[in-house]
Amino acid sequence: MALGLGCTAKPGKAKENKTGSWRTFRPEFLHEKCTKCGLCSQVCPEGCIAEDGEGQPVPDYDYCKGCGLCAEECPSQAIEMKKEEK
Amino acid sequence: MISLRELRIHGRGGQGSVTAAELIAVAAFAGGVYAQAFPAFGVERRGAPVQAFVRFDNQKVRLRSQVYEPDYIIVQDSTLIRDVNVFQGLKKGGIVIVNTEKALTYPIPEGVKVITIDATSVALKHLGLPITNTTLMGAFAAASGEIAFPALEGAIRQRFPGELAEKNVAAAREAFEFVKGVS
Amino acid sequence: MMEFMEGSHAVAHSVKHCRPEVIAAYPITPQTHIVEALAEMVANCQLDAEYITVESEFSALSACLGASAAGSRVYSATTSQGLALMFEVCFNCAGMRMPVVMSIVNRAMGAPLSIWNDQQDSISLRDSGWLQFYAEDNQEAADLHYLAYKVAEDRNVLLPAFVCFDGFILSHTYEPVDMLTQEQADSYLPRYTPVQRLDSADPISFGLFASPDYYMEFRYQIDQAVKGAAKKIASAGREFGEMFGRDYSDLVESYRLDDADCAIVAMGSICGTVKDAIDEMRKDGKKVGLLRLRSFRPFPEKEVRSALAGVNRVAVLDKNVSLGTKGAVALEVRDALYGQQVPVLDYIIALGGRDVRKKDIRAVVDMAGQGKGDLFYGLRQELVS
Repeated sequence: MALGLGCTAKPGKAKENKTGSWRTFRPEFLHEKCTKCGLCSQVCPEGCIAEDGEGQPVPDYDYCKGCGLCAEECPSQAIEMKKEEK
Repeated sequence: MISLRELRIHGRGGQGSVTAAELIAVAAFAGGVYAQAFPAFGVERRGAPVQAFVRFDNQKVRLRSQVYEPDYIIVQDSTLIRDVNVFQGLKKGGIVIVNTEKALTYPIPEGVKVITIDATSVALKHLGLPITNTTLMGAFAAASGEIAFPALEGAIRQRFPGELAEKNVAAAREAFEFVKGVS
Repeated sequence: MMEFMEGSHAVAHSVKHCRPEVIAAYPITPQTHIVEALAEMVANCQLDAEYITVESEFSALSACLGASAAGSRVYSATTSQGLALMFEVCFNCAGMRMPVVMSIVNRAMGAPLSIWNDQQDSISLRDSGWLQFYAEDNQEAADLHYLAYKVAEDRNVLLPAFVCFDGFILSHTYEPVDMLTQEQADSYLPRYTPVQRLDSADPISFGLFASPDYYMEFRYQIDQAVKGAAKKIASAGREFGEMFGRDYSDLVESYRLDDADCAIVAMGSICGTVKDAIDEMRKDGKKVGLLRLRSFRPFPEKEVRSALAGVNRVAVLDKNVSLGTKGAVALEVRDALYGQQVPVLDYIIALGGRDVRKKDIRAVVDMAGQGKGDLFYGLRQELVS
C-alpha cells in the first residue's frame, strides 16, 4: 500500500470499524423511568445514542462499546448495564 | 578607474541620518554610480547618536562591513564631537562637513578638509524644523562632487510630497550654493 | 529593470509578483518592513491576497498551513524568536507537505536579547524538513523567492521553503536590484495547482496519526523529497537563468577556488566581504578561494566534496553554533569530506551582529594556515577570561 502524501486519508474510516463487538455489558434503556433529559446522548463517547420521535434514547448497538458512562450519569437510573450474552 | 569611496554620517536619532544616506545613494545611483546605503543598525531613539553609511563605486559593491575609513564624513550635530570620535579613520585628503554655528574648536586631523555650515539655521529657515539632513545633503553634493545637484533634487522630490519637497530642495540648494562659495 | 531600493522592499515586491493568495505574518524586527509593505499592497488593492492579521507567529504559520492545505499559495516572513514560536508548525508544514514559502530575515536568538544578525534562527530549524536557501545580496534575496515557490510546489518536492537573508545587513540596505516585471514573473511562475487539498465536496484529512508501523516510512519520504529537491533546484534555477540572466542552478557558488590552497566556506551576506578580502589576499600571493552555500537544505554534499577536492585546508565561517559542539555548517562540511585528509577548521563568527571586516577574513585565513581553528573568532578576551 502506498502512503498517502502528507499522511492523508479520506474521512469515514471509523464507520467501518463496528466497535459494538467489543461490548461485555450492554446498556438497557428503561423507558418508563426515562425523563428524556438527553444526558445519555451527550455523554456517550461514541455518539451512538440517538433520540426517537418522542425523545426517547435509541442506542446504536453496532458501535456501543458498553462503557457504561450513560448508565453512570443517568439522573433517573433509567439505564441498566446487563452482561452481554455471547 | 575610480575605486570605492565611502561616506559616514553621524547624527542623532530624529535628524534623518538614515534618510540622508538613502537619498544620497539614490542620487548617486541616478547618476550612474553603483551605490550602497545602510544604517548602523541600532535601537533607534530620538537624540541618541546614530550612524549611517554610503558606498560609491563604478562596479558592484560586495563589501558588507561598516565604514571604518571613510573618504567623507557628515556631522549633523557638532555636540556629537564631544561624545563620539567622529573623525576616526578618515582618509588623508578626506572631507568633513560639520553642522555648526561657530568655528570648530576641536582638534582637526591633519590633511583633512573641514567645511562648517550652520545647517540648523538653514533648515529652520526653510522647513521650520531643525531637521538638517537635506541641507547637509546639498553641502555634501557641493563639497564632494559625488552627486549632481539635479540628481539630489530628484531624490528629494521622489521621497517627499509637494510643498515639503520644495522646502527641502530650497534648503539643500542654499547649502549647495554656500559650500560652492566657500570651497 | 534596475531599481534602487531597500532589501526588504525588493523582497516584498518579489513576493507580490509571486501572487500569494494568503499572507499571514506577525511583525518582528528586522522583518517588519516586508510585511508592512505587503499589507499596504493588499490594502491598496495592488495585490489580490487575503492578509490575515494574527496575534502571534504560531498563529501566522498555522493560518498559512491551513490555507496551504486548502490549496492556496501562501507566504509568511519572520525571524529569531518569531521562528522559534513557529517551531511546532514548521514540522507540521513539512510533514503535511505544504509548499509554504517564508522569508527568514536572519537574526540572533535570545537570551541575551539581540535584534542583530546571525543565522542561528533558521539553522536551528535545519531538521524540520524545510528547504533552506541563503542569499548573498538583495538581488539574490529577491530572486530566490521565485525559485523557492517553483521548487516547493513541484509535484516531486511539495515541501516548505525558507528564503534566508541577513537581517539589517541586507534587509535594511539600499542597493540596486534588477526587479522582474509582473509579466516576467508570471511567465516563470505559473499559478499553484495543488495535488490534493481540503475540499468539503471531497473531504480529506492531513497529517493523520501514524503508528510505529508507518511513521518511519513517512519520515523517509520527507527525507527523500528534501534530497530530491536538488534536481528541481537545478532545473528551476537554470530556467531562471535562461529567462533573466541570473542562473541559480548550482546549490553552491565557487569563487577563485580552482587553484586555491585554502578554501573558505560560508553562507549569506558575509560572502561579499569574503570575496573582497580574497581579491586582496590574491594580490599578496595567497591562494584563497570561497565556496558559498546557497542551499543548506538540501545540503550540497557532492558539490562540497568536488569543489573542495584540491584544497589543503578548509576554513568554515559559521554564523551559528550548535552549543556544545561546533557550527552547523562546519559539521556538515566535515561530514561531506569524511575519509579525506583535508583539515576542516571552524570559526564561529559574527554572532549577534558583530561586524566582520576584510581584515577579519585575512586573520581567519592566517589562523587556518597555522592549523588553529574550532573556536569563536574575535572574542573580547577581557570579557571571557
